[in-house]
Amino acid sequence: MQSTSKTIVQTENLGMQVASPEGQLDILNDINFSILEGETLAVIGVSGSGKSTLLGLMAGLDVPTQGRVILDGTDLNGLDEDGRARMRNQRVGFVFQSFQLLASLTALENVMLPMELAGTRDPESEARNRLAEVGLAERLQHYPNQLSGGEQQRVAIARAFAGDPKILFADEPTGNLDQKTAQQVIDLLFKLNRERRTTLVLVTHDPTIADHCDRSLTLAGGRIISTT
Amino acid sequence: MKFIRQCLQTLHRDWRSGELRLIAIAVIIAVASLTSVHFFTDRVRQATETRATELLAADLVVGSPDPIAAEVISQARTAGLTTTLTTGFRSVVIAGEKMQMAEVKAVEAGYPIRGKLRIAASLFGDEMITDDLPEPGTVWADSRLLQALDLEIGDNLNLGASQLAITRILTYEPDRGGDLFNIGPRLLMHQTDLPTTQLILPGSRVQYRLLIGGDMDTVQTFRDAVEQQYQRQLRIQSIRDARPELKTALERAEQFLGLAALVSVALAGLAVAMSAQRYAVRHFDHCAIMRCLGAEQATITKLYLTQLLILSISASLIGSGLGYLAQAGLSALAAGFMQDALPAPSLRPIAIGLATGIITVLGFAMPQILRLRNVTPLRVLRRDLEPLPIKNKTTYLFAIIALALMTPWQSGNFRLTFFVFFGMLATGLVLTLCTHLLINWLNRLRSRVGVAYRYGLANIARRKNQSVSQILSIGLGVMVMLLLTLIRTDLLENWRDRLPLDTPNYFLINIQPDQVDALQVYLQRHGAQPSAMNVMIRARLAAINGKTIAPDNYANEESRRRADRNFNLTWAAELRKSNKLVAGTWWDENSTGQVEFSLEEEIARELGVNLHDRLTFTISGQEVTGKVTSIRWIDWDSFDVNFFVVANPGALDGYPGTWVTSLYLPPEQRSLVIELVRTFPSVTVIDVDAIVNQVRIIMDQVIRTVEFVFGFTLLAGLVVLLAALQTTHDERIRESALLSALGANRKQILASLIAEFLCLGLAAGVLAAFAASIIEAVLAEFVFRMEIVINPWVWLIAPLICLLLIVSGGLIGTRKVLKTPPIVALRNG
Repeated sequence: MQSTSKTIVQTENLGMQVASPEGQLDILNDINFSILEGETLAVIGVSGSGKSTLLGLMAGLDVPTQGRVILDGTDLNGLDEDGRARMRNQRVGFVFQSFQLLASLTALENVMLPMELAGTRDPESEARNRLAEVGLAERLQHYPNQLSGGEQQRVAIARAFAGDPKILFADEPTGNLDQKTAQQVIDLLFKLNRERRTTLVLVTHDPTIADHCDRSLTLAGGRIISTT
Repeated sequence: MKFIRQCLQTLHRDWRSGELRLIAIAVIIAVASLTSVHFFTDRVRQATETRATELLAADLVVGSPDPIAAEVISQARTAGLTTTLTTGFRSVVIAGEKMQMAEVKAVEAGYPIRGKLRIAASLFGDEMITDDLPEPGTVWADSRLLQALDLEIGDNLNLGASQLAITRILTYEPDRGGDLFNIGPRLLMHQTDLPTTQLILPGSRVQYRLLIGGDMDTVQTFRDAVEQQYQRQLRIQSIRDARPELKTALERAEQFLGLAALVSVALAGLAVAMSAQRYAVRHFDHCAIMRCLGAEQATITKLYLTQLLILSISASLIGSGLGYLAQAGLSALAAGFMQDALPAPSLRPIAIGLATGIITVLGFAMPQILRLRNVTPLRVLRRDLEPLPIKNKTTYLFAIIALALMTPWQSGNFRLTFFVFFGMLATGLVLTLCTHLLINWLNRLRSRVGVAYRYGLANIARRKNQSVSQILSIGLGVMVMLLLTLIRTDLLENWRDRLPLDTPNYFLINIQPDQVDALQVYLQRHGAQPSAMNVMIRARLAAINGKTIAPDNYANEESRRRADRNFNLTWAAELRKSNKLVAGTWWDENSTGQVEFSLEEEIARELGVNLHDRLTFTISGQEVTGKVTSIRWIDWDSFDVNFFVVANPGALDGYPGTWVTSLYLPPEQRSLVIELVRTFPSVTVIDVDAIVNQVRIIMDQVIRTVEFVFGFTLLAGLVVLLAALQTTHDERIRESALLSALGANRKQILASLIAEFLCLGLAAGVLAAFAASIIEAVLAEFVFRMEIVINPWVWLIAPLICLLLIVSGGLIGTRKVLKTPPIVALRNG
């Protein structure tokens, strides 16, 4: 951890309420913390503690009902959906539990996609390199349903790093994988993260994975109960 | 009971969550459109047939050479049917020194049950409609009889032992006979005068007819009962058995309506299949949990099928109710063009609607629902585990069985239905193949286009089966629209044009050979253009392949009648325009020596005559034998002079005959007829104006009905469009959310959606144009029997409509995509 680094994510009084048959339901309440550039942070907690909601708000995938998120110096509340999309495209990478690859595109096309959306020149050779880095140089033209779960998650990791994002959000990245594959994926994720000096925010309920991170933030009932 | 309760609970839950609504809506709309079509066509058909029955003077006629049994009459009366008796016979009518053979008909009160008599107060005077009948002691005679006997109104004539006064000229009686060329001068008298003529003696050739009127169902029930009881003694005729011209018009109407209804059924089925697919996919998780908790595969199948059954019955009943309401609106609209009030609809369409709804749901949804039994319990752990997609064969098999079960109801004609059904099936298969090829080709363009189009094309290619069904269904929907507009106009106008204003309305028969040239000169001088002159030689069919004809050899009454009657033979060098060869070849113009015959297809079928059979006719005691070298279809509603049997040139040389021709005379030239019969007294003029008009009215009614029917088919097409878009709706939302998460802005997401819809629309448009052209050609060739005309506009309009519909419909359907925060969509996915 570098103490001189600047803050890349800052949450201020962040809260999220949703309507339910029983009235307003607090998903997140009064969340205040910050993440420094290059830092790795694990968000841990039991199921329903609000981990994924927090990740979604930090990445600008949803808007909070209270408070704000400042991502790389920009207040996300001040952006419309297109503005947030631009922000995600330029600075954010994602790895999801259920891989979230586009089934109609090949592995290569999936990795090319964020770069194409950003208008990057020659996205194809960049995507080839990324896939080679995750060990899938031989699987370029395969469709997601032709790949194993571990391979699909490696494609997702290659895609996440494709646009050289500043920050990577990973939501239970090993949740759908067996233990051995999960370990390989985690090793790969952290290796690339180190090499690219990316900030990593990782949502998990697995303490051993959290141990790989610089810091941990524990949520319970929508509130931060501890930071280590 | 417990199981049903469980089904109802699941149904209620699914309904509340909105998952079954699309299926229910599809069934409701399908059944509503089908039943309204049935309700409406049922009523229009009744009305059309009622109008057509005017030419029979009744709804049903029971004929016999012996007096009609009292039991038959009382059976009809007991059933609440209207009855009246006529007695027809040929007899010599005498006036002074002159004699003439006439067709006499004795009638009683109540005649005619359908249609009206028309009379004139003087020879060729103005015609008027009347409800009266000749008073006892008087007769109404047609102009030819008066001309032949040199009589006038007020004169007396002798018929058998009685003397009767002529009080009116009989210009038209609805049931004056089926064969236009075999009509003698007519005489109408009162039934009470019959005994005094002393003409009806044992052995006399008399045709007793019981005319019957009533509602269609009662008439049909009566017909069935009488046919069974008196199969061989009585000849029963309804309008379809009577006039070939009307038979053709009515058959065409039924074929066209049946075809339109068939397309509705197919489209409804597609909509249900697509909705069921979405329903099944959304239930994978539910089934996985049930399987995990110990539910057997059979339980899953039973649960969902019962649920579907309950749903389909409820939706069908609602649909039938809506159909009834819709047809009431239609009938109000139709009141403008139907001269008579439409008869009340029968309840049969509700039964058809119910059965159609159930069969459509089970037939088209079952393949998808059966997938649910194959959901692996492991899916609770791995959501990517989906059951195997249904094999195409299974889908088709279910769909085909369902359609095959449904189709006969649509047209009421099994032969036509199966012909159309297999035609559609073959077209469907060809179109599916074409769509696959089209998608493969589009997919190849993927590497050459931008990201939005690449993603759009990739989606189409990946969801190939869904894309094929979307393209097919939307293409078929648009094809129906094209049929409704462009092609309908092409075909129906063409059909109507075949009965142009100058369709012959007079037939001239009994033209002696030495009068042919003089008559032609006479007509030309008066500006009338007769059609070609044809010789007409009376002959009797004596033998087929050397085997003597005996009417009793035929089981069918109609065939017996055909075998027992005289034929009018003619010869022709060329095939007439209103004829079409269906088998064999037309003779060489210069062929001589061998005698060849060409037969009309229906009479050939009834007499059991095949190509290459040898027919022997007796003409004035001489036998002429020849080979059947062709079978023809005759367009009876062309009002051309047509013959059941035609021989090759030279074959009939030397046999005695008269000549026949037809011509059109506008109303202002009617006086020419009077002069013509004075100049050529032996020539008989037959006025067919009434029949021509009748056919024209039926055509107009059919054309308007078809417009309504196609309107509903169009509605079914739109439901398919909705269902097709809904099928991929969830996936589209999830994937668009993912694109957004990866940084795509609204414009880019919109561009990718538009790209996909554009490609789908274009493919569907090409397909619609292709299918519409095929159907147009098939309809032209087989239903309307006319030259194939392909409308080139179809190829421009079809893609444009498809693009407009799919892009706008698609964007409206996926507007949620752009509004849902990506996290929500991703979490649900």
